[in-house]
Amino acid sequence: MIISIASGKGGTGKTTIATNLAVSLADQKEKVQFLDCDVEEPNAHLFLKPEIYETKKINALVPKVDKDKCDFCGKCAEICQFSAIAVIGNTVLTFPELCHSCKGCVMVCPKDAITDTERELGVLEKGRAGDIEFIHGRLRIGEAMSPPLIKAVKETIKPNHIAIIDAPPGTSCPVITALRGSDFTILVTEPTPFGLNDLILAVEAVRVLGIPFGIVINRSDVGDSRVVEYAHQEGIPILLEITDQRKIAEAYSKGIMMTEVFPEWKEKFQQLYQQIKQREL
Amino acid sequence: MKELTIISGKGGTGKTSIVASFAALAKDKVMADGDVDAADLHLILAPDIKHEEDFKGGRTARINHDICTECGECIERCQFNAIAPDFVVNNISCEGCGVCVYFCPVEAIEFPQNICGKWYISETRFGPLVHARLGIAEENSGMLVTLVRNQARILAEERGFDLVIIDGPPGIGCPVIAATTGASVVLIVTEPTLSGLHDLKRVGSLAAFFKIPTLICVNKYDLNPDITNQIEDHAKKHNMHFVGRIPYDRAVTHAMVAGKSLVEFSDGNAAQAVRELWGRVEDFLKI
Repeated sequence: MIISIASGKGGTGKTTIATNLAVSLADQKEKVQFLDCDVEEPNAHLFLKPEIYETKKINALVPKVDKDKCDFCGKCAEICQFSAIAVIGNTVLTFPELCHSCKGCVMVCPKDAITDTERELGVLEKGRAGDIEFIHGRLRIGEAMSPPLIKAVKETIKPNHIAIIDAPPGTSCPVITALRGSDFTILVTEPTPFGLNDLILAVEAVRVLGIPFGIVINRSDVGDSRVVEYAHQEGIPILLEITDQRKIAEAYSKGIMMTEVFPEWKEKFQQLYQQIKQREL
Repeated sequence: MKELTIISGKGGTGKTSIVASFAALAKDKVMADGDVDAADLHLILAPDIKHEEDFKGGRTARINHDICTECGECIERCQFNAIAPDFVVNNISCEGCGVCVYFCPVEAIEFPQNICGKWYISETRFGPLVHARLGIAEENSGMLVTLVRNQARILAEERGFDLVIIDGPPGIGCPVIAATTGASVVLIVTEPTLSGLHDLKRVGSLAAFFKIPTLICVNKYDLNPDITNQIEDHAKKHNMHFVGRIPYDRAVTHAMVAGKSLVEFSDGNAAQAVRELWGRVEDFLKI
């Protein structure tokens, strides 16, 4: 089963929910994989503290032009939708950072002058955090394209495990890439106008993807009641509410998990999983 | 003309709340919401939309089944597994590269441009705002951020203003790069948590990579004064200017619920700190 945790708005507590859920399930002897797909700003490792045993570079294919074979016909520039290759007079310029690795230029070149080379997107790291299998991606600083790295992280998903995906904030392509194929998505929000606005966007996104979902309300006693009203109106289940507690926030600031400070919360996260499982059946 | 972009690395550190206060405090500027896939600034600025336009982004392949001979050329060439065995294109997987369109031997594939969202020019009680809404599950957020920035600059020139303030997105990827490249100054809003510090280091490296002068402020600094000090040390070591500490204050959430910027709503500690922060940022912009 693949459970993803997303939010629309950043900083609502995705990583808190994802990591505590993972630990609580591992405690029950479930086989758990944790995949941090927020590859721009991965944070789950600060809480799960995995021992990393494997680091692998993840590359994207980009074109390399053999200037001796090229006759500057311009077909490559014509097919490229991303302005990643240009022919100006007797020069071919490539812009690897714009390339989407479609291989159109390689396929179209009548002189076979274009081959693949690689651009580093970032690294994928595998580790163990207790009984949890931990995988995350770290996007290279300056790299714009995160979806291929997110896909690489997701390719490590194993059958017969509970895979927990910590998604990036927002609703655009990195989020969609992280959520696709999930059996259930938990949307974490806070009861504020920003929280509600971004929750509505996230709900639209999971609906486009056709993934069953529910809401966790974090800092449930701040703000106003409009998130709860919205959930009732839309018939969206509220799976869990967590009140605003200084002790949780302080622990979070130091990389300490909620279930370490309040062990009784493990049971609540286990119940959260049971609710999801029942909805899935 | 100066462009100030506010970013954070980590989401939810308080960027938009601070930007809303800057909107109230700064004079003669254009505001721009560069967080196009989860835009929130309009909730406080209550824009009166004056101009609205479609944002046309990339294209998506569409197979015409009356013409298609199901030869399989497209499926074989697609690098994104976007074409199913029944020759239907999956819109979410399709990257809009056009390889299938080009190589289809019977020209059965159409390639229409997508309307990926909308962008707006609005008037607010604090002056003009350029903002946008990316369609759900759409791509090209970076392109839309660039468009919003360009429009904000054009508008500032028309009005004779010297400043554009851009509310940036979280992260370090495509839309963040679009919001920051070429900006005059970047302000990073972070929080005193290990996650905040970790993410600040990455987004700070990005600003350094683009050689943009960088300012740092810590929101809710009193949640963990030790980490606030570590952030200040990190800023000094990496040539970033530490410009303020804002205390935790429930008035921030109350202001948001009231649809007001913090400095309009409150005279409390946090509001005072944000006023001082803006003073320092303004001084820096004059250099």
